[in-house]
Amino acid sequence: MLMPPPDRAALEAAPEFAAALRAALGADNVIADQRAMRPYESDGLTAYRQVPLVVALPRSTAEVSAALKIAHRFGIKVVPRGAGTSLSGGALPLADGLLLGLGKLNRILDIDLANRCAVVQPGVPNLAISHAVANEGFYYAPDPSSQIACSIGGNVAENSGGVHCLKYGLTTNNLLGLEVVLMDGEIIRLGGKHLDSGLYDLMGLFTGSEGLLGVVTEVTVKLLKKPEKARALLAGFASSESAGAAVAAIIGAGIIPAGMEMMDKPAIHAAEDFVHAGYPLDAEALLIVELDGPEVEVDDLISRVSTIATSHGATGLRVSQSEEERLLIWAGRKAAFPAVGRISPDYYCMDGTIPRSRLPEVLHRMNALSVLHGLRVANVFHAGDGNLHPLILYDANKPGELESAEAFGADILKLCVEVGGVLTGEHGVGVEKRDLMSTMFNDADLNQQLRVKCAFDAGNLLNPGKVFPTLHRCAELGAMHVRGGKLPYPDLPRF
Amino acid sequence: MLLPETESQLIDIVKSGEPLALCGHGTKSGWGRVFEGKPVSLKKFSGIIDYTPAELVMTVGAGTPLSQVERALEDAGQHLAFEPVDLGPVYGRPLDEQTIGGVIATNLSGPRRPFAGAARDFFLGFKGVNGSGEAIKAGAKVVKNVTGYDLPKLIAGSFGTLIAMTEVTLKVVPAPEASVALILESVEISKATRLFIAALGSSIEPTGAAYLPDQQRLFFRLEGSGPSVAYRLKALQALVGEGEVLEGAAARQIWQNLRNINHVLTPKPTLLWSLSVPSAGFGEGLMSLLDKLDGAKAQVDWGGGRVWLAHSLTDFAAAVRAIHSYLKGHGHATLLLAPDDLRRAENVFAPEVPIALLRKIRAAFDPGLVFNRGRLHPDL
Repeated sequence: MLMPPPDRAALEAAPEFAAALRAALGADNVIADQRAMRPYESDGLTAYRQVPLVVALPRSTAEVSAALKIAHRFGIKVVPRGAGTSLSGGALPLADGLLLGLGKLNRILDIDLANRCAVVQPGVPNLAISHAVANEGFYYAPDPSSQIACSIGGNVAENSGGVHCLKYGLTTNNLLGLEVVLMDGEIIRLGGKHLDSGLYDLMGLFTGSEGLLGVVTEVTVKLLKKPEKARALLAGFASSESAGAAVAAIIGAGIIPAGMEMMDKPAIHAAEDFVHAGYPLDAEALLIVELDGPEVEVDDLISRVSTIATSHGATGLRVSQSEEERLLIWAGRKAAFPAVGRISPDYYCMDGTIPRSRLPEVLHRMNALSVLHGLRVANVFHAGDGNLHPLILYDANKPGELESAEAFGADILKLCVEVGGVLTGEHGVGVEKRDLMSTMFNDADLNQQLRVKCAFDAGNLLNPGKVFPTLHRCAELGAMHVRGGKLPYPDLPRF
Repeated sequence: MLLPETESQLIDIVKSGEPLALCGHGTKSGWGRVFEGKPVSLKKFSGIIDYTPAELVMTVGAGTPLSQVERALEDAGQHLAFEPVDLGPVYGRPLDEQTIGGVIATNLSGPRRPFAGAARDFFLGFKGVNGSGEAIKAGAKVVKNVTGYDLPKLIAGSFGTLIAMTEVTLKVVPAPEASVALILESVEISKATRLFIAALGSSIEPTGAAYLPDQQRLFFRLEGSGPSVAYRLKALQALVGEGEVLEGAAARQIWQNLRNINHVLTPKPTLLWSLSVPSAGFGEGLMSLLDKLDGAKAQVDWGGGRVWLAHSLTDFAAAVRAIHSYLKGHGHATLLLAPDDLRRAENVFAPEVPIALLRKIRAAFDPGLVFNRGRLHPDL
């Protein structure tokens, strides 16, 4: 993974830069010691590590603005970071960049149940929002698997999903307002407790922009009332084709379950060995379907889904009879990643989305790629929305296996794009899929996105090296932001 | 009126560099400021390109009539959950003429918006031409995608100032099997507020909550499978009162009338606003706002979150002051209908960020301000 070569001027300015940050934020909120910066060297994509130039931990929007103004003045790059759980390297530090940690902005500012929303700071963990309103029967819907740790600010940056987003939407569908600080320190407020503010939807643009356009300092999220009841149905199938056909038939019958997950045989075995959820070990594919709502509706839909599953050859059909049993059915799925971690020294998690009807073909060709690259693969799949998570098993201690896993992963993602899908459904592009962007977008498409970046950050200082395979001067792209005849990067190499 | 039929014809028109006025069928041309430009209709980019109901995705030409999209979905038991308002009659046009591209370009959503999402939430991807005459695509044809910036969000509601769209991909969902309407009479505005808060804060999950202040009538809608709707109706009645229940076609008709804001269009107003407000506070000051404006009439939707406000014209500056004092800095006002002299002189949209930033974003797509120059703002 090639990152832009460090800017020598930034490295030399580091002491002066750190001193300016200390003066603005207080010495306790700035770290420049190599060893003390170690905890920030990677995010959830631990294959890549880099100690940053300086770490700053602002405590307020004003301090975020001050830190960005200082970085802007020094011409030093900035990488924003929430809880550091990104799986695509979105928060991977730069050797010549400030790591801006938002963890100290961790307060819930306002809970407004009459307007069904909460105003929170970006460092608040996703699940903490739901916990804060649980007694009143409310919750925040998007539930990425890392929700106990991942921060809401990071969720906004990555437009995080979760197993329930088929019915309840991604982060972008559950936001009402944002406060964002731009690279030059300007603070803007978008939306609020009302809907659809008119003119350009900057909140929609910022959501999922992976920290390249601005730093989120406040989030207003939509709260939902908890459904009265939720039940899960577990079914085994003799092939991924029949499981896929059952999924299509459920949606064809007009049913949108709260969650609909599929696992293949290697994933079933790994999860069952780990959690003992009672998964059918003889099945080639397993389906978990969750229905939620009023009890009468859940019972009605469970019986309709059972009939559909049976008519598609389901075996070992099981419906949760208690909340404990529902959670046990989910436990295997939710622990699928660590379960696979037990059967392999390392694994590499991919995140493509495909048109659901192409699943059997994609799994078939993935098996051929598995043989070609000499690495095993286990699949978990958000079957309702076509989001595939192949887990490539490898051993980083064996020379060349990480590279093989990366090559295998790239082949899988290219396959997803080839059948009409995309590189990433919920984990983000980050550094991980950056160099594959051109399989999905041509130069004109990518340059259009880069010009949007230029509108917010003409100097390319905010999280550069992420998402886009090449850096361009904004002037090259036709959006002229050349100040005083100087370009922000005198000689930008491709990387 | 130029009528490009292919992308390359559209590119040639854009590259001429002349200011253009983009439209579909032009049903909402009266929305926005009065501006100059050679008219270009994208209505020839019409037809269903790809639709597999089980994938919950539909790709259509941007100029496809919404009615054609809705018919195809209905045949497969699906629908557009954001049920766009038909604003044709606001501008003296018949119903059922608008195109899907026009709906997306104005991010037009109806009563289900707070419960199901806005047009922008169902807009997955597009193809089109930017102001430099380059063919651009963004987003994708699958429902779950975070690859690159979410440009469809930015294009939705941009009123054709960023991209001339030729193709749009939408998320579609199963249509509800059953629908009922519950109507309550003689509900004062403070009580309406309380009932909205109670119903929307419950697990009953209404998919419509509207109020007509002058008639003191409150409307709820419940949708879903038969047993679910019957159960939730009982729960809703226990919470807000017995009221009158309409089912099936009668329920759909009453919500169709609410969706198309018939109430505030009879008699036809001179000015029409859409106010977006925090829903729990909509009642505070609304009646006194209506008293301040001549011939004022309001229709409340989105459980209090949207107020359609119609009035006749006397003192425009006083009307704006009254509306701002009602909003108290929380919310947003858009002027949908006004006489041309006002649409030349005044801002019809209120930008939430400095116009300089919006200009930079605009320039990223259309540096020569070729598309709909001045429609959103004199400097945009």
